[in-house]
Amino acid sequence: MKLLLSIVVVAALAAVPLWLSDPYLLNALITTGIFVIGAMSLNLLLGFTGQLSLGHIAFFGIGAYVSALTSLGFSVSLPFGLHVVHEPWPPLAGFAIAVLVSGLCGYLVGRLSFRVRGAYFVIVTISFAEVVRLVALNWVELTQGPLALTSIPPMQVGFPGLGEFVFRTKLHNYYLVLGVAVACYLLIARLVRSHVGRAMRGLMENETLAVSIGIDVTKTLTLAAVVSAGICGGAGSLYAHYIKIIDPEVFAFINTVTMVIMVITGGKGTLAGPVVGGLIFGLMPVALRPVMAPEAQWIAYGSALIVILFIMPRGIVPALMQWFPRMKPVTAPGFAKRGVEESA
Amino acid sequence: MTAAAALKQPAVKTALSVDKVAMHFGGLVAISDMTFSVGEGEIVSLIGPNGAGKTTAFNVVTGFLTPTHGDVTYRGQSLRGMKPQAIADLGLIRTFQRTSVFPNDTVYDNVLIGLHRRGRVGVLPSVLGLPRVRRLEAELKQKAAELVEWVGLGRRADDLAGSLSYGEQRLVGVALALAAEPSMLLLDEPVSGMNASETHTFVQLIRKIRDRGITILLVEHDMPMVMSVSDRIVVLNYGRIIAEGTPDVIRNDPAVIEAYLGQGVKHA
Repeated sequence: MKLLLSIVVVAALAAVPLWLSDPYLLNALITTGIFVIGAMSLNLLLGFTGQLSLGHIAFFGIGAYVSALTSLGFSVSLPFGLHVVHEPWPPLAGFAIAVLVSGLCGYLVGRLSFRVRGAYFVIVTISFAEVVRLVALNWVELTQGPLALTSIPPMQVGFPGLGEFVFRTKLHNYYLVLGVAVACYLLIARLVRSHVGRAMRGLMENETLAVSIGIDVTKTLTLAAVVSAGICGGAGSLYAHYIKIIDPEVFAFINTVTMVIMVITGGKGTLAGPVVGGLIFGLMPVALRPVMAPEAQWIAYGSALIVILFIMPRGIVPALMQWFPRMKPVTAPGFAKRGVEESA
Repeated sequence: MTAAAALKQPAVKTALSVDKVAMHFGGLVAISDMTFSVGEGEIVSLIGPNGAGKTTAFNVVTGFLTPTHGDVTYRGQSLRGMKPQAIADLGLIRTFQRTSVFPNDTVYDNVLIGLHRRGRVGVLPSVLGLPRVRRLEAELKQKAAELVEWVGLGRRADDLAGSLSYGEQRLVGVALALAAEPSMLLLDEPVSGMNASETHTFVQLIRKIRDRGITILLVEHDMPMVMSVSDRIVVLNYGRIIAEGTPDVIRNDPAVIEAYLGQGVKHA
């Protein structure tokens, strides 16, 4: 049932460009898709380990900058007379390095802050994002600062025997983002259902008990942070090669807030939550644009947020699972009993 | 260990030994000087009035607290400075007085989380779903179902642990602890909140656990239960050991009677 639904949803998303050719809407779908990937990565931390990263956009931005710089090449002078020159590499290498560097940053932030956790982790992540933004803004030699990195080449993938494929058009990028999003979804799904995922759940629900049965807190949480940051960095890379221009504004706090909103409204701790929340809040501005003034759009956006959380405090997906209990693999006691009666 | 303490030991090998342990919280002395040991396969109870330092002793043994003085040794290895999860890896597993379950998971999933120590494989193989990992997962699921059945919660396997009665949650806690494959199990007031028949069933469960070759250290208030299940009893009061011996010895020890009932009992 769940598998069937997933296939139907993916097929429906894959079919969208067949009837939708408006480039503006297609663009909105692509950027929303990229943010959905970011939201999925945030959900791995927030929903499955309970740690709120309010600087998650830092990993996204690092991914974007690293990928852009790898594929554009750069030349910087460092202290002690060092001079580093990097020749342009293919965008795919940029993507891979972006994932690795973001993952490494996730590791460092995780190691630094998971000893204390909770509010401290929130503060460390906010500060981290701000520091990275300031670096991007002020290290002009490397990042061009506010002048932005421009002419970033489009993503390019080589197929053995078939030559290079360049993701040049919006249609190409739509399928690229969809493909990466599905891959990330599957990766996260596998991870949270594995023994690592169980350890994360254990830590989130009852840390003392989890530790007493041999779960290593720091290791488990750091792993979640690394995977989460790596995925977010990958999303950033896709963003850079699609938009083709990035500036330090990418690190804006509002972008993190948007991801948090997507996760919370969709339902944190559910796999589909960030996708549902992401599509709603990513596409809402687009849907409102023809009918409302910009100021009114923000009011509508905020109202929608409040209404959703008022009616469904745990998010849309958990609420739907409650209303359609058959969808839910592991049922709450009440539903389990009802199920038994029905079958009897 | 002193010669006198060594003489007191039965012939069995010592599993856990607590040697001159003291635990101070600032100026408060929770444990002043505690020395006792538990032999392999024994059921030992730690009793004493409220505030005697029983739970503190538990926390020291399992690494949740670092003792101010003294040493804890398990199977010849000093536990000083070890983290709780490292101590768990030695096979020393505890249950908790209050928070004994993962409330938002089913009983079955609780035990599955408890099987963590057995299910450790690399992240990459488990994400890729390699055949070896699938086999292991299938084994773990089988094992979890068996354990749930074994502690007598088969009917409740698919219910959320948080929705169970206190008594049943205790059983989940025990199943969880057993899932971690202990060689020694520390139970912190396992029967509090249980009615008489639940307690009776639990005593049988403790014996069954011992028959699996697991050493047991128990902290408990329920005297009839302690008397019926223990091989030996250690009595704490005001952070020090006031008596130690078999249930019969403890039952008639004047210091113990005084600690529990006060001086006045002499005149009663």
